[in-house]
Amino acid sequence: MENQEKDYSHIKGWGIDADPKNDPTYPMRKRSNDEHNGYGWKRPPQQPIDIEVLHSNERPNVTAVFGTSAPPSGLSGMIRRYAFRYGEGSFAHWLPLLMADRVNVVEGILDDFRRGRVPNIFAERGGKAEWKHNPKGMVQKVAIGVVVVTAVVALLSRRSRSSES
Amino acid sequence: MLAMSYRGPQRVRIDQKPMPEILHPQDAIVRVTRSCICGSDLHLYNGNVPDTRVGETFGHEFIGVVEEIGPDVHKLKVGDQVIVPFNIACGECTFCKQELYGNCHESNPQATAVGGIFGYSHIAGGYNGGQAEYVRVPYANVGPTVIPDWMHPDDAVLLTDVVPTGYQAAEMGGIQKGDTVAVFGAGPVGIMAARSAWLFGAGRVIVFDQEEYRLDFVRKFAQCEAYNFKSIEDPVVFMKKTTDSLGADVCIDAVGAEAAGSAMQTITGRKLLLQAGSSTALQWAINSAKKGGIVSIVGIYGPTGNLVPIGNVVNKGLTIRANQASVKRLLPRLIEHIRNGVLSPRQLITHHIPLEEISDAYRIFSDKLDNCIKPVLIPPSARI
Ligand SMILES: NC(=O)c1ccc[n+]([C@@H]2O[C@H](COP(=O)([O-])OP(=O)(O)OC[C@H]3O[C@@H](n4cnc5c(N)ncnc54)[C@H](O)[C@@H]3O)[C@@H](O)[C@H]2O)c1
Ligand SMILES: [Zn+2]
Ligand SMILES: [Zn+2]
Repeated sequence: MENQEKDYSHIKGWGIDADPKNDPTYPMRKRSNDEHNGYGWKRPPQQPIDIEVLHSNERPNVTAVFGTSAPPSGLSGMIRRYAFRYGEGSFAHWLPLLMADRVNVVEGILDDFRRGRVPNIFAERGGKAEWKHNPKGMVQKVAIGVVVVTAVVALLSRRSRSSES
Repeated sequence: MLAMSYRGPQRVRIDQKPMPEILHPQDAIVRVTRSCICGSDLHLYNGNVPDTRVGETFGHEFIGVVEEIGPDVHKLKVGDQVIVPFNIACGECTFCKQELYGNCHESNPQATAVGGIFGYSHIAGGYNGGQAEYVRVPYANVGPTVIPDWMHPDDAVLLTDVVPTGYQAAEMGGIQKGDTVAVFGAGPVGIMAARSAWLFGAGRVIVFDQEEYRLDFVRKFAQCEAYNFKSIEDPVVFMKKTTDSLGADVCIDAVGAEAAGSAMQTITGRKLLLQAGSSTALQWAINSAKKGGIVSIVGIYGPTGNLVPIGNVVNKGLTIRANQASVKRLLPRLIEHIRNGVLSPRQLITHHIPLEEISDAYRIFSDKLDNCIKPVLIPPSARI
Protein backbone atom coordinates (compact mmCIF):
# COMPACT_ATOMS: atom_id res chain seq x y z
CA MET A 1 0.00 0.00 0.00
CA GLU A 2 2.72 2.43 1.09
CA ASN A 3 4.18 2.60 -2.39
CA GLN A 4 1.09 3.45 -4.36
CA GLU A 5 2.27 6.97 -5.07
CA LYS A 6 5.44 5.71 -6.75
CA ASP A 7 5.90 5.90 -10.48
CA TYR A 8 6.34 2.56 -12.21
CA SER A 9 6.02 3.81 -15.79
CA HIS A 10 9.54 2.54 -16.57
CA ILE A 11 8.37 -1.04 -16.01
CA LYS A 12 6.49 -2.28 -19.03
CA GLY A 13 3.17 -3.83 -18.07
CA TRP A 14 3.30 -2.78 -14.41
CA GLY A 15 0.07 -3.74 -12.70
CA ILE A 16 -1.73 -4.99 -15.82
CA ASP A 17 -2.58 -8.28 -14.15
CA ALA A 18 -3.24 -6.81 -10.72
CA ASP A 19 -6.58 -7.84 -9.37
CA PRO A 20 -7.66 -6.80 -5.91
CA LYS A 21 -9.88 -9.89 -5.85
CA ASN A 22 -6.93 -12.12 -6.61
CA ASP A 23 -7.57 -13.97 -3.39
CA PRO A 24 -8.00 -16.83 -2.89
CA THR A 25 -6.00 -17.15 -6.04
CA TYR A 26 -4.99 -20.23 -7.97
CA PRO A 27 -5.12 -23.15 -7.07
CA MET A 28 -8.28 -22.46 -5.03
CA ARG A 29 -10.00 -20.08 -7.38
CA LYS A 30 -11.95 -22.50 -9.56
CA ARG A 31 -12.87 -24.76 -6.69
CA SER A 32 -16.08 -26.58 -7.58
CA ASN A 33 -16.51 -29.24 -4.91
CA ASP A 34 -17.31 -31.70 -7.68
CA GLU A 35 -14.96 -34.09 -5.99
CA HIS A 36 -17.64 -34.56 -3.32
CA ASN A 37 -19.28 -36.77 -5.93
CA GLY A 38 -16.30 -39.09 -5.79
CA TYR A 39 -14.36 -40.73 -8.60
CA GLY A 40 -17.41 -40.63 -10.84
CA TRP A 41 -16.43 -38.66 -13.91
CA LYS A 42 -16.54 -40.19 -17.35
CA ARG A 43 -13.05 -41.60 -17.75
CA PRO A 44 -11.15 -41.36 -21.03
CA PRO A 45 -10.78 -44.72 -22.79
CA GLN A 46 -8.15 -46.99 -21.25
CA GLN A 47 -4.77 -47.34 -22.97
CA PRO A 48 -4.29 -51.11 -23.37
CA ILE A 49 -2.27 -52.39 -20.41
CA ASP A 50 0.08 -54.72 -22.25
CA ILE A 51 3.17 -54.06 -20.16
CA GLU A 52 3.60 -54.26 -16.40
CA VAL A 53 2.45 -50.98 -14.82
CA LEU A 54 2.91 -50.51 -11.09
CA HIS A 55 0.25 -48.30 -9.60
CA SER A 56 0.01 -46.45 -6.33
CA ASN A 57 -2.07 -48.24 -3.72
CA GLU A 58 -3.76 -44.90 -3.11
CA ARG A 59 -5.76 -45.34 -6.29
CA PRO A 60 -7.90 -48.25 -7.51
CA ASN A 61 -6.61 -48.58 -11.05
CA VAL A 62 -4.07 -47.71 -13.67
CA THR A 63 -4.75 -44.24 -15.10
CA ALA A 64 -6.35 -44.03 -18.55
CA VAL A 65 -2.95 -43.28 -20.09
CA PHE A 66 0.51 -44.10 -18.78
CA GLY A 67 4.14 -44.04 -19.87
CA THR A 68 5.90 -47.08 -21.28
CA SER A 69 9.50 -45.92 -21.03
CA ALA A 70 10.92 -48.56 -18.69
CA PRO A 71 8.70 -51.31 -17.29
CA PRO A 72 10.10 -52.93 -14.12
CA SER A 73 12.62 -55.66 -14.83
CA GLY A 74 15.36 -57.67 -13.15
CA LEU A 75 16.32 -57.31 -9.51
CA SER A 76 15.46 -53.60 -9.48
CA GLY A 77 12.01 -54.50 -10.79
CA MET A 78 11.50 -56.94 -7.92
CA ILE A 79 12.40 -54.23 -5.42
CA ARG A 80 10.05 -51.77 -7.13
CA ARG A 81 7.16 -54.28 -6.98
CA TYR A 82 7.78 -54.65 -3.27
CA ALA A 83 7.87 -50.86 -2.78
CA PHE A 84 4.49 -50.42 -4.43
CA ARG A 85 2.84 -52.45 -1.68
CA TYR A 86 3.20 -49.37 0.51
CA GLY A 87 1.47 -46.01 0.32
CA GLU A 88 2.95 -42.77 -0.97
CA GLY A 89 3.31 -41.43 2.56
CA SER A 90 5.53 -44.29 3.65
CA PHE A 91 9.32 -44.60 3.74
CA ALA A 92 8.74 -48.28 2.97
CA HIS A 93 7.64 -47.06 -0.44
CA TRP A 94 10.36 -44.52 -1.25
CA LEU A 95 13.52 -45.99 0.28
CA PRO A 96 13.27 -49.28 -1.63
CA LEU A 97 12.60 -47.27 -4.79
CA LEU A 98 15.80 -45.27 -4.25
CA MET A 99 17.62 -48.55 -3.66
CA ALA A 100 16.09 -50.02 -6.82
CA ASP A 101 17.35 -46.97 -8.75
CA ARG A 102 20.92 -47.71 -7.62
CA VAL A 103 20.63 -51.42 -8.45
CA ASN A 104 19.22 -50.39 -11.81
CA VAL A 105 22.40 -48.39 -12.54
CA VAL A 106 24.49 -51.54 -12.16
CA GLU A 107 21.99 -53.44 -14.33
CA GLY A 108 22.39 -50.71 -16.94
CA ILE A 109 26.16 -51.14 -17.02
CA LEU A 110 25.86 -54.93 -17.27
CA ASP A 111 23.32 -54.51 -20.03
CA ASP A 112 25.74 -52.27 -21.93
CA PHE A 113 28.44 -54.93 -21.66
CA ARG A 114 25.99 -57.60 -22.81
CA ARG A 115 25.41 -55.53 -25.94
CA GLY A 116 29.15 -55.30 -26.45
CA ARG A 117 29.32 -51.67 -25.39
CA VAL A 118 31.68 -50.20 -22.83
CA PRO A 119 29.94 -47.17 -21.33
CA ASN A 120 32.07 -44.05 -21.65
CA ILE A 121 31.39 -42.70 -18.19
CA PHE A 122 33.69 -39.71 -18.65
CA ALA A 123 31.67 -38.60 -21.68
CA GLU A 124 28.31 -39.41 -20.06
CA ARG A 125 29.23 -37.14 -17.15
CA GLY A 126 29.90 -34.29 -19.57
CA GLY A 127 33.64 -34.44 -18.95
CA LYS A 128 34.44 -32.60 -22.16
CA ALA A 129 32.34 -29.57 -21.21
CA GLU A 130 33.70 -29.55 -17.68
CA TRP A 131 37.28 -29.66 -18.96
CA LYS A 132 36.58 -26.82 -21.37
CA HIS A 133 34.72 -24.51 -18.98
CA ASN A 134 35.96 -25.48 -15.53
CA PRO A 135 39.39 -27.18 -15.75
CA LYS A 136 40.39 -25.95 -12.28
CA GLY A 137 37.31 -27.47 -10.66
CA MET A 138 37.86 -30.70 -12.50
CA VAL A 139 41.48 -31.01 -11.40
CA GLN A 140 40.36 -30.28 -7.85
CA LYS A 141 37.67 -32.98 -8.02
CA VAL A 142 40.13 -35.56 -9.35
CA ALA A 143 42.68 -34.60 -6.68
CA ILE A 144 40.12 -34.98 -3.90
CA GLY A 145 39.12 -38.35 -5.37
CA VAL A 146 42.74 -39.53 -5.40
CA VAL A 147 43.28 -38.38 -1.80
CA VAL A 148 40.13 -40.12 -0.59
CA VAL A 149 40.95 -43.37 -2.40
CA THR A 150 44.55 -43.32 -1.13
CA ALA A 151 43.35 -42.69 2.43
CA VAL A 152 40.83 -45.53 2.26
CA VAL A 153 43.40 -47.93 0.80
CA ALA A 154 45.96 -46.93 3.44
CA LEU A 155 43.42 -47.35 6.21
CA LEU A 156 42.27 -50.75 4.96
CA SER A 157 45.79 -52.09 4.49
CA ARG A 158 46.78 -50.90 7.97
CA ARG A 159 43.70 -52.61 9.40
CA SER A 160 44.38 -55.88 7.62
CA ARG A 161 48.00 -55.71 8.78
CA SER A 162 46.98 -55.14 12.40
CA SER A 163 44.42 -57.94 12.25
CA GLU A 164 47.15 -60.28 10.96
CA SER A 165 49.40 -59.54 13.94
CA MET B 1 15.55 -42.07 -33.59
CA LEU B 2 18.01 -40.29 -31.31
CA ALA B 3 16.97 -39.82 -27.70
CA MET B 4 18.56 -38.92 -24.41
CA SER B 5 19.02 -41.91 -22.11
CA TYR B 6 19.47 -41.74 -18.34
CA ARG B 7 22.21 -44.13 -17.15
CA GLY B 8 22.62 -43.17 -13.48
CA PRO B 9 23.33 -40.15 -11.29
CA GLN B 10 25.05 -37.49 -13.43
CA ARG B 11 25.34 -39.92 -16.36
CA VAL B 12 23.26 -39.26 -19.45
CA ARG B 13 23.92 -39.95 -23.13
CA ILE B 14 22.34 -40.03 -26.52
CA ASP B 15 21.14 -43.43 -27.80
CA GLN B 16 19.25 -44.87 -30.73
CA LYS B 17 15.74 -45.76 -29.56
CA PRO B 18 12.64 -47.12 -31.31
CA MET B 19 10.20 -44.57 -32.71
CA PRO B 20 7.27 -43.81 -30.39
CA GLU B 21 3.88 -45.17 -31.42
CA ILE B 22 0.26 -44.18 -30.97
CA LEU B 23 -0.90 -46.22 -27.96
CA HIS B 24 -4.20 -44.49 -27.20
CA PRO B 25 -6.83 -42.98 -29.51
CA GLN B 26 -6.12 -39.46 -28.20
CA ASP B 27 -2.33 -39.69 -28.74
CA ALA B 28 -0.26 -37.69 -31.18
CA ILE B 29 3.35 -38.15 -32.26
CA VAL B 30 5.33 -34.93 -32.33
CA ARG B 31 8.66 -34.40 -34.10
CA VAL B 32 10.68 -32.22 -31.76
CA THR B 33 12.18 -29.00 -33.11
CA ARG B 34 13.45 -27.62 -29.80
CA SER B 35 13.65 -28.88 -26.24
CA CYS B 36 15.17 -27.51 -23.06
CA ILE B 37 16.94 -28.69 -19.96
CA CYS B 38 15.19 -27.41 -16.83
CA GLY B 39 16.14 -26.99 -13.18
CA SER B 40 13.62 -29.77 -12.57
CA ASP B 41 15.72 -32.13 -14.70
CA LEU B 42 18.61 -31.57 -12.31
CA HIS B 43 16.74 -33.34 -9.51
CA LEU B 44 16.50 -36.39 -11.80
CA TYR B 45 20.04 -35.96 -13.13
CA ASN B 46 21.43 -36.02 -9.59
CA GLY B 47 19.57 -39.25 -8.86
CA ASN B 48 17.51 -37.67 -6.09
CA VAL B 49 14.05 -38.60 -7.37
CA PRO B 50 12.95 -42.13 -6.46
CA ASP B 51 11.78 -44.42 -9.31
CA THR B 52 13.99 -42.82 -11.96
CA ARG B 53 14.72 -45.81 -14.17
CA VAL B 54 17.75 -46.39 -16.37
CA GLY B 55 16.94 -45.92 -20.05
CA GLU B 56 14.28 -43.25 -19.55
CA THR B 57 14.35 -40.17 -21.76
CA PHE B 58 13.98 -36.86 -19.92
CA GLY B 59 12.62 -33.58 -21.24
CA HIS B 60 9.33 -31.92 -20.37
CA GLU B 61 9.89 -28.66 -22.27
CA PHE B 62 9.55 -29.08 -26.03
CA ILE B 63 7.86 -27.81 -29.15
CA GLY B 64 7.55 -29.56 -32.47
CA VAL B 65 5.55 -30.59 -35.50
CA VAL B 66 2.60 -33.00 -35.34
CA GLU B 67 3.62 -36.06 -37.37
CA GLU B 68 0.77 -38.45 -36.66
CA ILE B 69 -2.53 -38.36 -34.76
CA GLY B 70 -4.73 -41.01 -33.16
CA PRO B 71 -8.33 -41.58 -34.35
CA ASP B 72 -9.88 -39.42 -31.59
CA VAL B 73 -7.66 -36.37 -32.06
CA HIS B 74 -9.66 -33.57 -33.65
CA LYS B 75 -8.06 -30.37 -32.34
CA LEU B 76 -4.75 -30.91 -34.15
CA LYS B 77 -3.77 -31.90 -37.64
CA VAL B 78 -0.61 -33.35 -39.10
CA GLY B 79 1.86 -30.55 -39.80
CA ASP B 80 0.72 -28.26 -36.98
CA GLN B 81 3.55 -26.61 -35.03
CA VAL B 82 2.72 -26.96 -31.37
CA ILE B 83 3.68 -25.84 -27.88
CA VAL B 84 3.37 -28.93 -25.68
CA PRO B 85 2.70 -28.03 -22.01
CA PHE B 86 4.77 -30.13 -19.62
CA ASN B 87 1.64 -31.41 -17.83
CA ILE B 88 -0.16 -34.42 -19.25
CA ALA B 89 -3.84 -33.71 -18.58
CA CYS B 90 -7.02 -35.52 -19.59
CA GLY B 91 -9.31 -32.49 -19.49
CA GLU B 92 -12.13 -34.60 -18.05
CA CYS B 93 -11.33 -35.39 -14.44
CA THR B 94 -12.57 -33.15 -11.64
CA PHE B 95 -9.13 -31.60 -11.23
CA CYS B 96 -8.69 -30.77 -14.92
CA LYS B 97 -12.20 -29.27 -14.85
CA GLN B 98 -10.91 -26.85 -12.20
CA GLU B 99 -7.99 -26.04 -14.50
CA LEU B 100 -5.61 -27.85 -12.16
CA TYR B 101 -3.86 -29.30 -15.22
CA GLY B 102 -0.79 -30.18 -13.18
CA ASN B 103 -2.92 -32.38 -10.94
CA CYS B 104 -4.76 -34.58 -13.47
CA HIS B 105 -6.01 -37.84 -12.00
CA GLU B 106 -5.84 -39.84 -15.23
CA SER B 107 -2.24 -39.51 -16.32
CA ASN B 108 0.02 -40.89 -13.61
CA PRO B 109 -0.57 -44.39 -12.21
CA GLN B 110 2.54 -44.40 -10.03
CA ALA B 111 1.72 -41.48 -7.74
CA THR B 112 -1.49 -39.68 -6.88
CA ALA B 113 0.43 -36.68 -5.55
CA VAL B 114 1.28 -35.36 -9.01
CA GLY B 115 -0.17 -35.55 -12.51
CA GLY B 116 1.71 -37.01 -15.47
CA ILE B 117 4.73 -35.07 -16.75
CA PHE B 118 6.74 -35.79 -19.88
CA GLY B 119 10.16 -37.27 -19.25
CA TYR B 120 9.97 -36.98 -15.51
CA SER B 121 10.65 -40.50 -14.23
CA HIS B 122 8.08 -42.99 -13.00
CA ILE B 123 7.12 -40.71 -10.17
CA ALA B 124 5.32 -38.70 -12.86
CA GLY B 125 3.94 -41.48 -15.03
CA GLY B 126 6.96 -43.06 -16.72
CA TYR B 127 6.65 -41.13 -19.99
CA ASN B 128 9.55 -40.65 -22.34
CA GLY B 129 10.27 -36.96 -22.81
CA GLY B 130 11.25 -34.43 -25.41
CA GLN B 131 15.05 -34.55 -25.31
CA ALA B 132 14.66 -36.72 -28.38
CA GLU B 133 13.69 -36.52 -32.03
CA TYR B 134 10.12 -37.73 -31.53
CA VAL B 135 7.71 -37.94 -28.60
CA ARG B 136 4.38 -39.60 -27.92
CA VAL B 137 1.97 -36.92 -26.66
CA PRO B 138 -1.11 -38.30 -24.86
CA TYR B 139 -4.40 -36.36 -24.63
CA ALA B 140 -3.46 -34.35 -27.70
CA ASN B 141 -6.82 -32.52 -27.71
CA VAL B 142 -6.09 -30.95 -24.34
CA GLY B 143 -2.54 -29.68 -23.88
CA PRO B 144 -0.87 -28.98 -27.23
CA THR B 145 -1.47 -25.46 -28.52
CA VAL B 146 -0.70 -24.29 -32.05
CA ILE B 147 2.18 -21.78 -32.16
CA PRO B 148 1.01 -18.43 -33.58
CA ASP B 149 2.84 -17.76 -36.82
CA TRP B 150 4.40 -14.52 -35.54
CA MET B 151 5.99 -16.21 -32.53
CA HIS B 152 9.72 -16.95 -32.31
CA PRO B 153 10.34 -20.64 -31.57
CA ASP B 154 12.63 -19.72 -28.66
CA ASP B 155 9.73 -17.85 -27.03
CA ALA B 156 7.40 -20.77 -27.80
CA VAL B 157 9.59 -23.38 -26.13
CA LEU B 158 9.77 -21.31 -22.95
CA LEU B 159 5.97 -21.24 -22.83
CA THR B 160 5.96 -25.00 -22.15
CA ASP B 161 7.11 -24.41 -18.57
CA VAL B 162 9.41 -21.57 -17.52
CA VAL B 163 7.19 -18.60 -18.34
CA PRO B 164 3.95 -20.05 -16.90
CA THR B 165 5.79 -21.35 -13.83
CA GLY B 166 7.39 -18.01 -13.04
CA TYR B 167 4.13 -16.21 -13.73
CA GLN B 168 2.14 -18.62 -11.58
CA ALA B 169 4.66 -18.22 -8.76
CA ALA B 170 3.81 -14.51 -8.71
CA GLU B 171 0.09 -15.16 -9.17
CA MET B 172 -0.03 -17.59 -6.24
CA GLY B 173 1.62 -14.91 -4.12
CA GLY B 174 -1.69 -13.04 -4.26
CA ILE B 175 0.35 -9.87 -4.77
CA GLN B 176 -1.47 -6.65 -3.93
CA LYS B 177 -0.39 -3.29 -5.38
CA GLY B 178 2.68 -2.02 -3.57
CA ASP B 179 3.68 -5.38 -2.04
CA THR B 180 7.31 -6.22 -1.43
CA VAL B 181 8.10 -9.53 -3.13
CA ALA B 182 11.21 -11.58 -2.33
CA VAL B 183 12.22 -14.19 -4.92
CA PHE B 184 14.69 -16.89 -3.95
CA GLY B 185 16.53 -18.19 -7.01
CA ALA B 186 17.60 -16.40 -10.19
CA GLY B 187 17.35 -19.40 -12.47
CA PRO B 188 14.98 -19.17 -15.44
CA VAL B 189 11.98 -19.71 -13.14
CA GLY B 190 13.00 -17.14 -10.52
CA ILE B 191 13.84 -14.61 -13.25
CA MET B 192 10.36 -15.00 -14.77
CA ALA B 193 8.77 -14.84 -11.30
CA ALA B 194 10.54 -11.55 -10.59
CA ARG B 195 9.50 -10.11 -13.94
CA SER B 196 5.88 -11.28 -13.44
CA ALA B 197 5.65 -9.85 -9.92
CA TRP B 198 5.56 -6.36 -11.48
CA LEU B 199 2.63 -7.33 -13.68
CA PHE B 200 0.65 -8.01 -10.53
CA GLY B 201 1.56 -4.59 -9.18
CA ALA B 202 4.46 -5.35 -6.82
CA GLY B 203 6.00 -2.29 -5.23
CA ARG B 204 9.43 -3.78 -4.74
CA VAL B 205 11.03 -6.95 -6.08
CA ILE B 206 14.14 -8.44 -4.46
CA VAL B 207 15.95 -11.51 -5.82
CA PHE B 208 18.56 -13.74 -4.14
CA ASP B 209 21.02 -16.12 -5.77
CA GLN B 210 24.70 -16.97 -5.53
CA GLU B 211 25.61 -16.77 -9.22
CA GLU B 212 26.82 -13.27 -9.99
CA TYR B 213 26.08 -13.55 -13.73
CA ARG B 214 22.48 -14.54 -13.05
CA LEU B 215 22.06 -11.66 -10.60
CA ASP B 216 23.39 -9.26 -13.25
CA PHE B 217 20.94 -10.67 -15.76
CA VAL B 218 17.88 -10.50 -13.51
CA ARG B 219 18.68 -6.94 -12.45
CA LYS B 220 18.43 -5.85 -16.07
CA PHE B 221 15.78 -8.24 -17.35
CA ALA B 222 13.37 -7.84 -14.43
CA GLN B 223 14.42 -4.31 -13.38
CA CYS B 224 14.66 -5.44 -9.77
CA GLU B 225 17.07 -5.51 -6.85
CA ALA B 226 19.27 -8.61 -6.70
CA TYR B 227 21.67 -9.79 -4.02
CA ASN B 228 24.27 -12.49 -3.67
CA PHE B 229 23.45 -14.46 -0.54
CA LYS B 230 27.06 -15.61 -0.29
CA SER B 231 28.09 -12.06 0.53
CA ILE B 232 25.28 -11.58 3.06
CA GLU B 233 25.64 -13.15 6.46
CA ASP B 234 21.99 -14.01 6.89
CA PRO B 235 19.50 -13.35 4.06
CA VAL B 236 16.58 -13.41 6.51
CA VAL B 237 18.05 -10.69 8.70
CA PHE B 238 18.89 -8.78 5.53
CA MET B 239 15.26 -8.99 4.38
CA LYS B 240 13.99 -7.83 7.76
CA LYS B 241 16.38 -4.88 7.79
CA THR B 242 15.32 -3.77 4.36
CA THR B 243 11.59 -3.95 5.17
CA ASP B 244 11.57 -1.88 8.35
CA SER B 245 11.96 -5.14 10.35
CA LEU B 246 8.59 -6.48 9.17
CA GLY B 247 9.47 -8.93 6.39
CA ALA B 248 8.30 -9.29 2.79
CA ASP B 249 4.59 -9.44 1.96
CA VAL B 250 5.21 -12.29 -0.46
CA CYS B 251 8.11 -14.74 -0.61
CA ILE B 252 8.66 -17.04 -3.59
CA ASP B 253 10.73 -20.24 -3.51
CA ALA B 254 12.07 -20.68 -7.05
CA VAL B 255 14.97 -22.93 -6.05
CA GLY B 256 13.73 -26.29 -4.78
CA ALA B 257 15.68 -29.34 -3.73
CA GLU B 258 19.09 -28.36 -5.13
CA ALA B 259 19.38 -25.33 -2.82
CA ALA B 260 22.79 -24.19 -1.58
CA GLY B 261 23.51 -21.88 1.35
CA SER B 262 23.38 -24.15 4.38
CA ALA B 263 25.93 -26.91 4.97
CA MET B 264 23.57 -28.81 7.24
CA GLN B 265 20.77 -28.78 4.65
CA THR B 266 23.13 -29.68 1.82
CA ILE B 267 24.63 -32.64 3.66
CA THR B 268 21.36 -34.08 4.96
CA GLY B 269 19.31 -33.25 1.87
CA ARG B 270 21.57 -33.59 -1.14
CA LYS B 271 24.39 -35.85 -0.03
CA LEU B 272 22.87 -38.31 2.43
CA LEU B 273 19.30 -38.09 1.05
CA LEU B 274 17.97 -38.07 4.61
CA GLN B 275 15.50 -35.47 3.40
CA ALA B 276 13.93 -34.93 0.01
CA GLY B 277 16.58 -32.44 -1.08
CA SER B 278 17.86 -29.35 0.65
CA SER B 279 15.16 -26.90 1.75
CA THR B 280 17.37 -23.89 2.48
CA ALA B 281 15.52 -21.55 0.13
CA LEU B 282 12.12 -22.54 1.47
CA GLN B 283 13.38 -22.02 4.99
CA TRP B 284 14.55 -18.53 4.06
CA ALA B 285 11.25 -17.80 2.31
CA ILE B 286 9.22 -18.78 5.37
CA ASN B 287 11.43 -16.87 7.74
CA SER B 288 11.57 -13.74 5.55
CA ALA B 289 7.81 -13.40 5.16
CA LYS B 290 5.87 -10.88 7.21
CA LYS B 291 3.25 -12.04 9.68
CA GLY B 292 0.11 -12.98 7.79
CA GLY B 293 2.14 -13.04 4.56
CA ILE B 294 2.13 -15.50 1.70
CA VAL B 295 4.78 -18.02 0.69
CA SER B 296 4.49 -19.23 -2.89
CA ILE B 297 6.43 -22.41 -3.68
CA VAL B 298 7.27 -23.54 -7.19
CA GLY B 299 10.66 -25.06 -6.33
CA ILE B 300 10.40 -28.83 -6.56
CA TYR B 301 11.09 -31.26 -3.71
CA GLY B 302 11.11 -35.03 -3.52
CA PRO B 303 8.27 -37.06 -2.05
CA THR B 304 9.61 -37.99 1.38
CA GLY B 305 9.90 -34.88 3.52
CA ASN B 306 11.99 -31.82 4.30
CA LEU B 307 13.20 -29.87 7.28
CA VAL B 308 11.22 -26.64 7.25
CA PRO B 309 10.37 -24.30 10.14
CA ILE B 310 6.71 -25.22 10.17
CA GLY B 311 6.38 -23.76 13.67
CA ASN B 312 7.11 -20.33 12.22
CA VAL B 313 4.42 -20.85 9.59
CA VAL B 314 1.93 -21.37 12.41
CA ASN B 315 3.18 -18.61 14.64
CA LYS B 316 3.34 -16.05 11.84
CA GLY B 317 0.03 -17.10 10.35
CA LEU B 318 1.48 -17.62 6.91
CA THR B 319 -0.45 -18.87 3.91
CA ILE B 320 1.41 -21.32 1.73
CA ARG B 321 0.42 -21.73 -1.90
CA ALA B 322 2.16 -24.16 -4.18
CA ASN B 323 1.68 -26.25 -7.27
CA GLN B 324 3.07 -27.48 -10.50
CA ALA B 325 2.36 -24.80 -13.06
CA SER B 326 -0.95 -25.21 -14.87
CA VAL B 327 0.53 -24.37 -18.25
CA LYS B 328 -2.53 -24.71 -20.47
CA ARG B 329 -4.56 -22.43 -18.21
CA LEU B 330 -2.06 -19.59 -18.52
CA LEU B 331 -1.12 -19.86 -22.19
CA PRO B 332 -3.71 -17.42 -23.65
CA ARG B 333 -2.70 -14.58 -21.32
CA LEU B 334 1.02 -15.25 -21.72
CA ILE B 335 0.82 -15.43 -25.51
CA GLU B 336 -0.87 -12.02 -25.37
CA HIS B 337 1.92 -10.63 -23.19
CA ILE B 338 4.54 -11.85 -25.66
CA ARG B 339 2.63 -10.44 -28.62
CA ASN B 340 2.36 -7.05 -26.92
CA GLY B 341 6.03 -7.03 -26.04
CA VAL B 342 5.32 -7.09 -22.30
CA LEU B 343 7.32 -10.30 -21.93
CA SER B 344 10.32 -11.33 -24.00
CA PRO B 345 11.35 -14.67 -22.54
CA ARG B 346 13.78 -15.75 -25.25
CA GLN B 347 16.39 -13.40 -23.82
CA LEU B 348 16.89 -16.13 -21.19
CA ILE B 349 18.28 -18.55 -23.74
CA THR B 350 22.06 -18.47 -23.60
CA HIS B 351 22.90 -21.74 -25.39
CA HIS B 352 21.69 -23.59 -28.49
CA ILE B 353 23.26 -27.05 -28.33
CA PRO B 354 22.93 -30.01 -30.72
CA LEU B 355 20.88 -32.80 -29.10
CA GLU B 356 23.81 -35.18 -29.68
CA GLU B 357 25.85 -33.17 -27.14
CA ILE B 358 23.36 -33.83 -24.36
CA SER B 359 25.93 -35.03 -21.81
CA ASP B 360 27.88 -31.79 -22.09
CA ALA B 361 24.69 -29.72 -22.07
CA TYR B 362 23.66 -31.24 -18.74
CA ARG B 363 27.09 -30.58 -17.25
CA ILE B 364 27.06 -26.95 -18.40
CA PHE B 365 23.56 -26.26 -17.05
CA SER B 366 24.03 -28.25 -13.85
CA ASP B 367 27.35 -26.65 -12.90
CA LYS B 368 26.28 -23.18 -14.15
CA LEU B 369 29.26 -23.12 -16.52
CA ASP B 370 29.86 -20.66 -19.37
CA ASN B 371 27.33 -18.19 -17.85
CA CYS B 372 24.50 -20.52 -18.79
CA ILE B 373 20.95 -19.49 -17.96
CA LYS B 374 18.81 -21.64 -20.25
CA PRO B 375 20.08 -24.19 -22.78
CA VAL B 376 18.01 -25.28 -25.77
CA LEU B 377 18.67 -28.58 -27.53
CA ILE B 378 18.20 -28.85 -31.27
CA PRO B 379 17.73 -32.34 -32.77
CA PRO B 380 19.54 -33.09 -36.05
CA SER B 381 16.24 -33.41 -37.93
CA ALA B 382 15.38 -29.82 -36.98
CA ARG B 383 18.69 -28.38 -38.16
CA ILE B 384 18.27 -28.97 -41.88
N1 LIG C 1 6.29 -25.90 -10.06
C1 LIG C 1 6.59 -26.06 -11.33
O1 LIG C 1 5.71 -26.25 -12.15
C2 LIG C 1 8.01 -25.97 -11.77
C3 LIG C 1 8.30 -25.87 -13.13
C4 LIG C 1 9.63 -25.68 -13.52
C5 LIG C 1 10.63 -25.67 -12.58
N2 LIG C 1 10.30 -25.81 -11.27
C6 LIG C 1 11.33 -25.80 -10.23
O2 LIG C 1 11.77 -24.48 -10.04
C7 LIG C 1 13.10 -24.51 -9.51
C8 LIG C 1 13.99 -23.58 -10.30
O3 LIG C 1 14.08 -24.02 -11.66
P1 LIG C 1 15.17 -23.37 -12.62
O4 LIG C 1 15.00 -23.98 -13.96
O5 LIG C 1 15.13 -21.90 -12.50
O6 LIG C 1 16.50 -23.97 -11.94
P2 LIG C 1 18.03 -23.48 -11.82
O7 LIG C 1 18.77 -24.59 -11.22
O8 LIG C 1 18.51 -22.93 -13.12
O9 LIG C 1 17.93 -22.25 -10.82
C9 LIG C 1 17.98 -22.35 -9.45
C10 LIG C 1 18.77 -21.15 -8.93
O10 LIG C 1 18.71 -21.10 -7.50
C11 LIG C 1 19.97 -20.67 -7.01
N3 LIG C 1 20.04 -21.05 -5.59
C12 LIG C 1 20.57 -22.15 -5.03
N4 LIG C 1 20.38 -22.13 -3.69
C13 LIG C 1 19.72 -20.97 -3.41
C14 LIG C 1 19.25 -20.38 -2.22
N5 LIG C 1 19.40 -21.00 -1.04
N6 LIG C 1 18.62 -19.17 -2.29
C15 LIG C 1 18.46 -18.55 -3.48
N7 LIG C 1 18.89 -19.06 -4.66
C16 LIG C 1 19.51 -20.26 -4.62
C17 LIG C 1 20.95 -21.34 -7.93
O11 LIG C 1 22.22 -20.70 -7.90
C18 LIG C 1 20.25 -21.22 -9.28
O12 LIG C 1 20.62 -20.05 -9.97
C19 LIG C 1 13.53 -25.97 -9.54
O13 LIG C 1 13.31 -26.56 -8.29
C20 LIG C 1 12.57 -26.57 -10.54
O14 LIG C 1 12.37 -27.94 -10.31
C21 LIG C 1 9.01 -25.96 -10.87
ZN1 LIG D 1 10.81 -27.43 -16.58
ZN1 LIG E 1 -7.50 -34.87 -15.76
